[in-house]
Amino acid sequence: MRRFALIVLPYAWLLALFLVPFIIVLKISLSDIALSIPPYTPTLDLSAGWEGTKRFFAGLDFENFVFLTTDDLYWKAYLSSLRIAAVATFLTLLVGYPIAYGMANAPDHWRPTLMMLVILPFWTSFLIRVYSWMGILSGEGYLNQLLLALGAISEPLTILNTNIAVYIGIVYTYLPFMILPIYAALERMDASLLEAAEDLGCSRLTAFWLVTFPLSRNGVVAGCFLVFIPTVGEFVIPALLGGSKTLMIGKVLWDEFFKNRDWPVASAVAVILLLILIIPIVLFQRNEQKQREAEG
Amino acid sequence: MRRVTWFNTTSLTLGFTFLYLPMLILIVYSFNRSELVTVWAGFSTKWYGELIRNEAFLDAAWVTLQVAVVSSTVATVLGTMAALTMVRAGRFWGRTLFSGMIYAPLVMPEVITGLSLLLLFIGIGLDRGVFTIILAHTTFSMCYVSVVVSSRLATFDRSLEEAAFDLGCSPGEAFRLVTLPIIAPAVISGWLLAFTLSLDDLVIASFTAGPSATTLPIKIWSSIRLGVSPEINALSTILIAIVATGVVTASLITKRASLRLQAEERAAEQQA
Repeated sequence: MRRFALIVLPYAWLLALFLVPFIIVLKISLSDIALSIPPYTPTLDLSAGWEGTKRFFAGLDFENFVFLTTDDLYWKAYLSSLRIAAVATFLTLLVGYPIAYGMANAPDHWRPTLMMLVILPFWTSFLIRVYSWMGILSGEGYLNQLLLALGAISEPLTILNTNIAVYIGIVYTYLPFMILPIYAALERMDASLLEAAEDLGCSRLTAFWLVTFPLSRNGVVAGCFLVFIPTVGEFVIPALLGGSKTLMIGKVLWDEFFKNRDWPVASAVAVILLLILIIPIVLFQRNEQKQREAEG
Repeated sequence: MRRVTWFNTTSLTLGFTFLYLPMLILIVYSFNRSELVTVWAGFSTKWYGELIRNEAFLDAAWVTLQVAVVSSTVATVLGTMAALTMVRAGRFWGRTLFSGMIYAPLVMPEVITGLSLLLLFIGIGLDRGVFTIILAHTTFSMCYVSVVVSSRLATFDRSLEEAAFDLGCSPGEAFRLVTLPIIAPAVISGWLLAFTLSLDDLVIASFTAGPSATTLPIKIWSSIRLGVSPEINALSTILIAIVATGVVTASLITKRASLRLQAEERAAEQQA
């Protein structure tokens, strides 16, 4: 009985506030926009009985999805989000790997402090961390002031409100997600393997490519998924750092909902985004499971 | 064998400069007298004064704090229950669905979570406000809590509980006297995680807040969309200071607790 209660409460909570909302999104994505409250039709009227239910299902159609394929704004936004997320994930890996490597090779008594220094930004407001780059990258910002003072440039660079600023913002805010799993993988590595490789005549660099990197692969894969998946639907970074040319689907969904007030189209955008993300999410869960099994 | 090479030192120095310099600049310029954020005009704390007199920010901060305390507490209870279920219940009907619902919110784009919850609240005719933000935050935070607590439970030695049963504990007593103290550090870090996630959330709160409730991130958002402002720099500095103090204190406490535990274990071994 006690065990039953233990399962039921969180289960019911998640069903009601996670699964049911998705079914509603799915349903509204099949509805039509209307000038009423709520602003879509048909609405399910259970008091009308079986006839009402039949009328309700007859009113649903795939019109919004057809609309998404005819207006090239949407598929361009999906493709552009995937591209930005992929490039940003690769850049985060390039920046994060050396840091994780440095941490794993640091003297033992430094490591707890280094760990805390990586985790600290993660606890700090995401919004503030993105905001901190607005002052650095703007036309009269600190970066341009510095470069002008050094004489490296003669005119301020336009970085804020471009895709470059979006990449910088993503790398900056998601860096801890990349560093931590790679660090965890590298830290577990047996250093004598490297010595063996070097004894067998490998150079440092070859030993890294043949031994260290393959052994950290699980960490790299986990880190890449942890950066890639949330970045595809990112809203705050493109809205603050991106420009009018930065096309990302999270922002399209937001505008569709808050500016155009077209709930059915916003819901259809959400459904497709979810379908796109299901593949990486499933792959990520498999990778995690494999790792857990390998450890256990 | 650990090596301190020039490569490692450089990558750590550059990496941590990259992570901390932007926040450092923000903190320094929050003490700038000038109205123009990027031009230094001397030291002043006037923006902090302006901030304290700004009723809208104070109200938003109060709403945010209420939401964070309530949602993280409920999420910790539900998340711990979910973790116990995941690790110990074995097979039950809909287990795959349950674990899917625990893991999915961790990677779900916030815009989707926010939109779907908003449509639910409107569908059942629930007025949006502080209560709906609490429901939304509880839902995604409980998943984080459950992941943190499950990883601790997975390494938990169940023979300790069996010993408690043998010594005459009821299941409730065994949980309260044996299990809970051992998983407490994970439960506390789960709570802290839920608390900060709630303090931090802009997207889900924007969808679920409605016109009657404004949280601090929503307020910050509406003022930074127009550009950098010295008042927001001051507010950011305060928030960074609170988080830094919290994280450093928490890590010192855990370190001391683990040292004490080691000492106690050594003492127990000597007695034996």
